[in-house]
Amino acid sequence: MKVTDKMVEEIKKIAEENRKLIVKVAQESGGGHFGGSLSEVEILTALYWGILKVDPKNPDWPERDYFVLSKGHGCAGFGPILAKRGFIPFEELKTFNKLGSIFGMHTNMKMKGVDHPSGSLGHGLSVGQGIALGLKLRKKLNRVFVLEGDGELDEGTVWEAAMSAPKFKLDNLVNIIDRNKVSMDGPTEEVMPLEPLVEKWESFGWAVKEVNGHDVRSLLDVLNQVPFQKGKPSVIIAYTIKGKGISFMEGKYQWHYGYMNKEQCQLAEKELEIDI
Amino acid sequence: MRKKMTEKKISIKDYINMAGRDVFGKVLGEIAQENEKVVVLSADSLASSRGLDFQKNAPDRVFNFGIAESNMVSSAAGLAIIGEIPVVIDFGFLLAVHCAEQVKVDICYANKNVKLVASATGLAMGSGGPTHHCTEDISIMRSFPNMTIVSPASAIETAIATRLCILEHKGPLYLRLARNVSPELYKSADFGFEIGKAITLKEGKDIALIATGEPVYLAVQVAEALKKEGIDVRVINMHTVKPIDKEVILKAARETKGIVTIEENNILGGLGDEVCSVVCENDAFCKVRKIGIKDKYCKIGPTKELWEYYGISETAIKNTVKSILK
Repeated sequence: MKVTDKMVEEIKKIAEENRKLIVKVAQESGGGHFGGSLSEVEILTALYWGILKVDPKNPDWPERDYFVLSKGHGCAGFGPILAKRGFIPFEELKTFNKLGSIFGMHTNMKMKGVDHPSGSLGHGLSVGQGIALGLKLRKKLNRVFVLEGDGELDEGTVWEAAMSAPKFKLDNLVNIIDRNKVSMDGPTEEVMPLEPLVEKWESFGWAVKEVNGHDVRSLLDVLNQVPFQKGKPSVIIAYTIKGKGISFMEGKYQWHYGYMNKEQCQLAEKELEIDI
Repeated sequence: MRKKMTEKKISIKDYINMAGRDVFGKVLGEIAQENEKVVVLSADSLASSRGLDFQKNAPDRVFNFGIAESNMVSSAAGLAIIGEIPVVIDFGFLLAVHCAEQVKVDICYANKNVKLVASATGLAMGSGGPTHHCTEDISIMRSFPNMTIVSPASAIETAIATRLCILEHKGPLYLRLARNVSPELYKSADFGFEIGKAITLKEGKDIALIATGEPVYLAVQVAEALKKEGIDVRVINMHTVKPIDKEVILKAARETKGIVTIEENNILGGLGDEVCSVVCENDAFCKVRKIGIKDKYCKIGPTKELWEYYGISETAIKNTVKSILK
């Protein structure tokens, strides 16, 4: 798909709106995974407005592209996107984390547009792999996109799938890593060093590209290039900032999950131009 | 167009003197040609879990993940998302214990149509020691909502159960296979196997033996032996541990003087505990005694010698029956 200036500007605007929506939803509901929900905004917006073949009116459309939010705690960021894209009603967003709601801390299959629940890290790449395997078996052209957190890469199961997807030659599988370099206890490189990450994925047999995870044009460009190499699964290391958009959250592990006090709220409102 | 299980002619003579695992493999091989949606997943376990016949008939539909069971189980969920019927074959302790979280989240919580088939269960791998014993799988699988647990006792029952579980049942399912040859319990294939409905192999009014899996034949032998001593024993084959057949348990509780449960599983959390719950929660109070592994890690040794040692034996069952009737 040709990436035009108009498309980039439109998607940038939508990303800004999504960012505001996420903060509003999480704050009004008593807190949320601000850090990881804000770092993934441009990635998810680029996917859902520029790349994925999906139909909100027909979420089970057999010809659709599949998306697995492996970093399930990014649900506060994913729900607003599903609402804005038309999969779930906006009213659903008001029920975030409320008793019995389908929209909570982690993705739930009852949300239209969600094919698999997530929350426990390390499963999503294997689930995506399974979808991709089936599609290849049936010679279907749908693609599978997975979004992982970088802290999630500590899980051994991620590397089981990293090892097997190249064996199965799944060039219909794209793994995107939200590389915000911060997990719950601190910077990833202090908690459990991940570098050299590009070399790790390459050595496992993946075709690797890196991108600025907040630059919509670059994201669209790189996502339009998949598969990067025939016969190999693709991985995109998207460099992002945890808590992107709110100055006192950016890069801070303390905002992996949190609730803003009054002053913080006012500052966030000002910075994002939102009315909380 | 796939044949419904009931249309396929199944005969006891096709499975004479075969162990559960081997019956499963043979039936799976037949299913390869009957339903092209069935795919098989293994973790370097294809041969040991009897998937080679399937592979011969449908090599494209077999996926080997190497010794990476968690990857295999989560991938099965992905295959189910697009409508395949994944049959995951491996040792029970790997599926149920090692992959407990994948089973909980990706299969049961996500309610996927995935069949987990355990080819080594209980003390089948006796000389393997506790790392290879599988005496907690029933307890663990029971605690996952949406899970169905089927534990067939004889060769023909395994053949029918395999077909029903894979081709008819929809949803998460754990099929617990026996690894040794045991006496056939039925005279023909028409004994009426239905998931969730226990089979009363013998009526009786003194004591009820409720057993599951390979040890069911022991219950039958005990009943025959005690008949000669004037004790009238009811034998119930509880082939489906979840959902359990509450009615048959309550009937036994109300119509006999007590129940002895028999399983090749820890007595904590298994069939025996479920029977106790049903009896107590319905005020059908009667004596219940549990035969099984009494919350121990077992020694190594040949399976049947381990059974004898740990009280899964004719003698132990007979003594337990008599202690209730004393």
